[in-house]
Amino acid sequence: MTLDWSWISGHTDDLTTLTLSHLQAALTAVLLGLLISLPLAVVAHRVRPLRGFLLGISNVLFTIPSIAIFVLLLPVSGLTRTTTVIGLTIYTLVVLLRNTVEGLDSVPLKTKEAAKAMGTRPLRTLLTVELPLALPVIMAGVRIATVMSISLVSVATYIGDGGLGQLFTDGFQRNFPTPVIAGVALTILLAVAADALLVALQYVLTPWKRRRA
Amino acid sequence: MYELFENLGTWLVSDAQWSGPDGIGHRLAEHLQYSLLATLIAAAIGLPLGLLIGHTGKGAFVAINLASFGRALPTVGLVVLVFLAGGLSMLPVYVALVALAVPAIVTNTYAGMTAVDPDVKDAARGQGMRGHQVLAHVELPLALPLIMTGLRLALIQVVATATIAAYVSFGGLGRYVFDGLAQRDLVQVLGGAVLVALVAVVLDVGLAGLQRFLFRHRTA
Repeated sequence: MTLDWSWISGHTDDLTTLTLSHLQAALTAVLLGLLISLPLAVVAHRVRPLRGFLLGISNVLFTIPSIAIFVLLLPVSGLTRTTTVIGLTIYTLVVLLRNTVEGLDSVPLKTKEAAKAMGTRPLRTLLTVELPLALPVIMAGVRIATVMSISLVSVATYIGDGGLGQLFTDGFQRNFPTPVIAGVALTILLAVAADALLVALQYVLTPWKRRRA
Repeated sequence: MYELFENLGTWLVSDAQWSGPDGIGHRLAEHLQYSLLATLIAAAIGLPLGLLIGHTGKGAFVAINLASFGRALPTVGLVVLVFLAGGLSMLPVYVALVALAVPAIVTNTYAGMTAVDPDVKDAARGQGMRGHQVLAHVELPLALPLIMTGLRLALIQVVATATIAAYVSFGGLGRYVFDGLAQRDLVQVLGGAVLVALVAVVLDVGLAGLQRFLFRHRTA
């Protein structure tokens, strides 16, 4: 199995387009996942009875195979990018929700009491005390969700989307390994790069962690 | 939409759909066979690796990076790649499924081993236990709940992903998904997807229950 370099150099435009489309699907899903899971996590954190219910639902959603999720969405949103993004978002929820709840749980009670004693309102405490302190755990979830989404986008190739995953179908149908190798390599590269950027972002967002290190 | 679900219901329960080589019974058996074998192979690789890393405390960096690397690997690409390299056999499917399952097993085994209280290990050594005795009689039993969680997660992921066997012309429940997509038969596609999801959820809930039952005397 040899790599046909001339195919790669002849298709750099296609590869760039597919990589960007791949990244767009994954990032949209993670952002949507965050938008949905943040408020849900706050509810799960504050209202104990709802906690098991919300985490349980997201766990069950996670066990549904990705191809099945995409397919099940077909009657709703058809063979579109929307289907890809909804499917991926559902997958990010379990990781993001669990980590955000755990992050909020990890904030010391004394810190919250101090904020209350200083007259800080609950919403302000949440935004300026609890969420920043929960950030490392939340970011760990964001990293997992991002890497997972980047790898999962290619499954959407079965419903006609899939970013770099289209290279797999293409190579498979033509019995031509080069696009497949390029697709796998670019997916891994994208995941590693995104993960490194998130580590850097966390470093920037949590300046108080640096002094101790 | 309503008609679609009605047809789906009929598809799932009709006798004709359940019998024969293309019947749900046979496809379900194939699906479980692929999944169990792949998870067993992955356990044979992942368990010793996780135990070794956890026991010696060396290579933790490897374990953590293996996990994120495993998450980044696109399964579809891996199957096609091994298929193109090695030709038509079940090998590509097993390679991809095992590659998917090993990281979950290694990281959870390792996590279970590191969660064992160092004082307990010291006490075991103080009583004159050798390294392998500490591993077999102290660390392994204490780490067992997390190790089982890893195996469960791996199996569920493998069951969900074994759908892919049908992509390279083999059986399993994925047959309905891919045949349905090719024939533009949405009912068949949805039927296959629902069945895979159902198997995954039932296995997950069942194994979680079994775990709770086995470890019901543990406080942690």
